[in-house]
Amino acid sequence: MNIKRSNAYSQVTLSIIIALFIALIILPSFASNDVMERLTVLFIYIIMAAMWNTLAGFGGLVSIGQQLFLGLGAYTTIRITDMGISPFIAIVLAACLVGLLSWPISTFMLRLKAGEFAIGMWVLASIGHLLVNLDPLIQGETGISLIALNQYSIESRRLFIYLAALLSMSALLLGLFYVLRSRAGIAMQAIRDNEEAADSIGVDPERVKKWFFIFAAFGTALAGALWLAQASSFQPKTYFSVQWTAYMIFMVLVGGLGRFEGAILGALLFFAVETWFATAGVWYLVGLGAVAMLCSLFLPKGIWGAIESKLGITLVPVGYQVTGLTTDTLKNK
Amino acid sequence: MIMTPYSQLQATGIHKSFGRVQVLNGIDFNMDTDDAIGIVGPNGAGKSTLLSVLSGAQAPTSGQIALNDKDITQLPARERAKQGLVRTHQIPKPFSGISVFENVFVAAIHSATSNREAAYDIALESIKLCGMLHLANREADSIGLLDRKRLELARALATQPKLLFLDEIGGGLTDAEALQLVDTILTLRERGIGIVWIEHIVHILLRVAKTLICMDSGQIIAQGNPNDVMSNQQVMQAYMGGTDHALGA
Repeated sequence: MNIKRSNAYSQVTLSIIIALFIALIILPSFASNDVMERLTVLFIYIIMAAMWNTLAGFGGLVSIGQQLFLGLGAYTTIRITDMGISPFIAIVLAACLVGLLSWPISTFMLRLKAGEFAIGMWVLASIGHLLVNLDPLIQGETGISLIALNQYSIESRRLFIYLAALLSMSALLLGLFYVLRSRAGIAMQAIRDNEEAADSIGVDPERVKKWFFIFAAFGTALAGALWLAQASSFQPKTYFSVQWTAYMIFMVLVGGLGRFEGAILGALLFFAVETWFATAGVWYLVGLGAVAMLCSLFLPKGIWGAIESKLGITLVPVGYQVTGLTTDTLKNK
Repeated sequence: MIMTPYSQLQATGIHKSFGRVQVLNGIDFNMDTDDAIGIVGPNGAGKSTLLSVLSGAQAPTSGQIALNDKDITQLPARERAKQGLVRTHQIPKPFSGISVFENVFVAAIHSATSNREAAYDIALESIKLCGMLHLANREADSIGLLDRKRLELARALATQPKLLFLDEIGGGLTDAEALQLVDTILTLRERGIGIVWIEHIVHILLRVAKTLICMDSGQIIAQGNPNDVMSNQQVMQAYMGGTDHALGA
């Protein structure tokens, strides 16, 4: 008997991912401005979905306050660039600082259970919103622009932001992949399914949850900072809005909660729906809500979950497969 | 596994109360960690609470627990698991979103060894011992009650315990199913793993237990040779309200 951690599909997937990555790197040399701007948005959506899935799908920590980190990521970027630091360094630095800040936040938020945690995070996001409003630099809800970007021409700005989003997304997904395949990854899933049982076999739930929380906070803050770069203006109410978390939930629920591929698929779908139907106004939002409801009713594991259980396909395997379970090995007690 | 020549678990003056309800009322309990002890008692006697306190899932209100004369009263369950004390749950608590193998592997890699290959072997061995190899890749959510009980056992086993606390692992099973589990538990006993087993199905329990403890109202009311305990007047009183019907031993 052996333990396998990859399969024929995942080998092919790896080649496709590498090819896709190279294609996306060279894409700016011939793609239109509009395509690049839209792809930047897509990359940020994928980061948001993957980070929410990290927390809720693999860790069972359902937060409806991730806009806290999104907003803080953007705000911190504004603050750092105000000190004269290049916006692209500021983006990374801001995400790191928010990640650092999430450590003390985790120590008290993770004491809350289930619904308390979800609502608690929302409350915290609102507090974060109010506190940011107190900063005179931001000028209340009037907001401020990321003026530091003006030092670049529009073309190079577009290119840099595109590349920054692409590299951030790739690095975060790669990081997530490795974390999920590590002993912490399997521990987190055990905690999600039964914390008491996980504790009883030697897993330290507090430590593992804390690291996942910090990772998701870091990634979401990076998404917020990148969003600021591509939107170039910061208004607290836009960034600290619960609508962001609603989008994250939509992407993950429709794509497939607790599945690596699910968050990416969900982000792609959301992106497509938004591209085609966003002009429909209120009906666009009604449609999103209806799709999310139908999915949770009829496809509780999301679209990817349904594909996975119907066809047995895993493209990005984070689990463990026992092979060589022949009749002989089974009989041979 | 390598056993220390002599190893003892001692609990002294254990009290546990939930609000005003006193569940454990001065339990003194000593055992060699390679012994096989059965615990019986009517519902509400405090058996499961005692197990939770011994395994570290709950802290006692007062009293002390020591492993080889080292105080472990404040040690959480996860640390006790690393020292060889691990429990199974009365109502199985599988990690339902991951496979049977992964359920067991997570225990091996966190308590038995940090070497991945070694943890694979320990997990597969534990699953095999519990007769679940054919289910190794199944999601734990999709298996039946007997298999969930087996999974509890396999997962606990993968921590490489010195002493296993079994909380009604035969509960809800048919006699034939429970007897299958007994075979596995007897194998563990032969390997030198100590057993503390709470069970209502007494005749199943007596196939494994060398010593029997009867609890009532948070206290140990009889302890010793299983047959002596089962014919003890106080034990009958607790179970039958004073009649002298023989218990189903």
